[in-house]
Amino acid sequence: MFFKSRHLNSINAGHHKHTAGSATEVMPVPATVRISMSQNIGAPCKPLVKKGDTVLVGQKIGDTDAFLHVPVHASVSGTVTGIETQRNAMGGMDTLVVIESDGQQTMDPDLKAPVITNHKEFVDAVKESGLVGLGGASFPTWLKFNPKDMDGVKTLIINGAECEPFITSDHRTMLEDAQNVIDGALAVMKYLEIDECYIGIEDNKQDAIDNFDMMFAQQGLNNMFTFPLKASYPKGAERVLIYEVTGKTCDAGVLPADLGCIVSNVTSIAFLGQYLKDGIPLIKKRMTVDGDAVSNPKNIVAPIGTEIHDIIEFCGGYRKPPKKILMGGPMMGRAIFSDRMPVVKNNNAILAFSREQAWIPEETACINCGRCHKACPFGLLPTGFADAYESGNVERLNDLKVMQCMECGSCSFVCPAHRPLAFMNKLGKAMVKEASSNGK
Amino acid sequence: MASNTKYYDNLTVSSSPHLVTSLDTTKTMLYVVAALCPAAVMSVLYFGIPALVMIAVCMASSAFFEWGYEKILNKPNTVRDGSALVTGLILALNLPANLTHLKDIEYPIFMPILICIIGSFVAIVVVKQLFGGMGRNFANPAIVGRITLFLSFTSYMSTWPLTRFQKAGLDAVTGATPLGYLADGDLTYAPTLKNMFLGNIGGAMGETCVIAILIGAIFLIAMKIISPIIPCCFVGTVFVFAFLYYAISGSAPGGLSPLYMACFHVCAGGVMFGAVFCATDYVTSPIMTMGKVMFGIGCGLVTMIIRLFCSYPEGVSFAILFMNIMTPLLDSIAQDRFYEIKKRKKAAAAAEKKA
Repeated sequence: MFFKSRHLNSINAGHHKHTAGSATEVMPVPATVRISMSQNIGAPCKPLVKKGDTVLVGQKIGDTDAFLHVPVHASVSGTVTGIETQRNAMGGMDTLVVIESDGQQTMDPDLKAPVITNHKEFVDAVKESGLVGLGGASFPTWLKFNPKDMDGVKTLIINGAECEPFITSDHRTMLEDAQNVIDGALAVMKYLEIDECYIGIEDNKQDAIDNFDMMFAQQGLNNMFTFPLKASYPKGAERVLIYEVTGKTCDAGVLPADLGCIVSNVTSIAFLGQYLKDGIPLIKKRMTVDGDAVSNPKNIVAPIGTEIHDIIEFCGGYRKPPKKILMGGPMMGRAIFSDRMPVVKNNNAILAFSREQAWIPEETACINCGRCHKACPFGLLPTGFADAYESGNVERLNDLKVMQCMECGSCSFVCPAHRPLAFMNKLGKAMVKEASSNGK
Repeated sequence: MASNTKYYDNLTVSSSPHLVTSLDTTKTMLYVVAALCPAAVMSVLYFGIPALVMIAVCMASSAFFEWGYEKILNKPNTVRDGSALVTGLILALNLPANLTHLKDIEYPIFMPILICIIGSFVAIVVVKQLFGGMGRNFANPAIVGRITLFLSFTSYMSTWPLTRFQKAGLDAVTGATPLGYLADGDLTYAPTLKNMFLGNIGGAMGETCVIAILIGAIFLIAMKIISPIIPCCFVGTVFVFAFLYYAISGSAPGGLSPLYMACFHVCAGGVMFGAVFCATDYVTSPIMTMGKVMFGIGCGLVTMIIRLFCSYPEGVSFAILFMNIMTPLLDSIAQDRFYEIKKRKKAAAAAEKKA
């Protein structure tokens, strides 16, 4: 009932894709990396190394016995100089393994391409690779590839929409790593017995669409298709993408696999294609560095655990003093309080803005214009959520289906009164969760 | 890394999104003022300097009352957002341009100006600010201002000056509006549809020129400031109601066709102006699409019931006020349907019973 038309509501948030034309540069190994032990939405890992240990590139340095997790690997070779605790972007505390690089980048000799013959071995290999959803959610990918109902999964949807303004790293992946995307997708389709694969790409990346179309034709892949999407936000949200491609509606809390789909980010699939060939786990990441405080915005590949100020340094340093630095895009990314934070697996952009652009607009009174309702992809009523949250009315929040909100931020973007609606949706969701856990 | 590198440890943190649209409340209000400009220009063209003076007085006094009230109560000042100017302009365009044609009414010479100021006071202070200011008023300020003036100064408010083109070669300075002719049951001397479309008729100064209002409407819809749902439902209901009424009752004056009468009702009086500029006021109209449809249809029905079956010749402002008051109800009905609130509650209750 949420979805009445063929396309969901979307907004024009501007594109700002300044770095789309700049080929990826590989960043030299920094002197020190600080690798976080909690880089997935599951359980944090426990360090497997201690101060003074020597580590090699790709060596596993963090793991846990918990069910929902992925291991963490060293991104440089060198010496462990300490195990630290630091507040992370989410506000919680993280354990970090600090490694001083020896500059040699000696590979762990045990790394070799995984031998896979069946689905179980495939899932285990994906788990060992340390892969999480690289679109931003950092959901462990191996679990996604292990659906309850294997026969029901018919479609693989690869998310190359990249609807967030500024970010171009997925775009560069599709241009520079297209063969890995195809190989990764073919592996997923083979071991999960999936018939067809769609790559959803926004139509402002026509070169990527043409590139894939050409490669599919050359390689005779008649079950893989590109799926052009209108370039508007938030086309790359999982539930929106499923609807655009298959026409199936996906309520919050329903796994895509229950609808016969597996949705994966294009960078995750490209990594998978690479991993199946050389066995090197997820230790480096392509990301877009942009924003008006950065001297030379560009796309880079940096080792996981590189501190943000090192990355900015590589991009020519700050042009102006930064006031706000974002991990991720401007619509859903997190503002961080310090540029000494290390990058984690799901970072796809580092955006640094000066005081002028980090401006937080003043909130004025709601004029009941209904733009938030019209902008919401699911037709929810953010202004209703805000009122209900402010009066603490949990029943009303449930009546208006607050839990369906995916926090895309479209409502806050369009609000002429500049109310922090998306923030209040998050608070409202937290309030509902708290009320239901108290009720039990 | 060199040890003298400067770190930034005190960056601003805030919840996403970190981008917002450049369209704010002030710009929205300026767009509405721009859309009202064609109607305002035509009113000055047809009614001359008095119209210009009245527009200026209403806008200035509205802004002054907004500023003064907030100053006295030490509230954050919102006069800069321009909503008071919109209210003042809409109020002025709802009044007859009676600044100098009042020889036969016993009012003091400054009375018309005073009436404009009283209307602004009612609109801004009584209707808007006393209920909590911007976004909290339950009824459209300009509409209530007009109704208050209409009930308080009835003879002034129902004396309609002729346009300068109608006056040419005539002694009269005031005359009946098209709806006035209709109330008398004789359309022989009523203006033609073409004149009504162009606005060369008696009436409230901004309401007469249909084409100027249409230009404003197209601008607002193209800029996505208003949704076309309410105006279309409002005007459509008036058209259909009038057509069916005259087709079934056969009571059209002078043997005119039901189609002509339907067009007459749409172009006469304040239907077009009310539908485009008053009924679409954000604060006092529903958000949900279904609520907007019911709101527009309700406005059209009440307007036609007043015009055809009540003693007043015109009912647009009463219709809009009535539907303003219905807005919370309409929105809750629409929300219930759209989010299936009652249905889900029933299902949950049934599931509980089963368990």
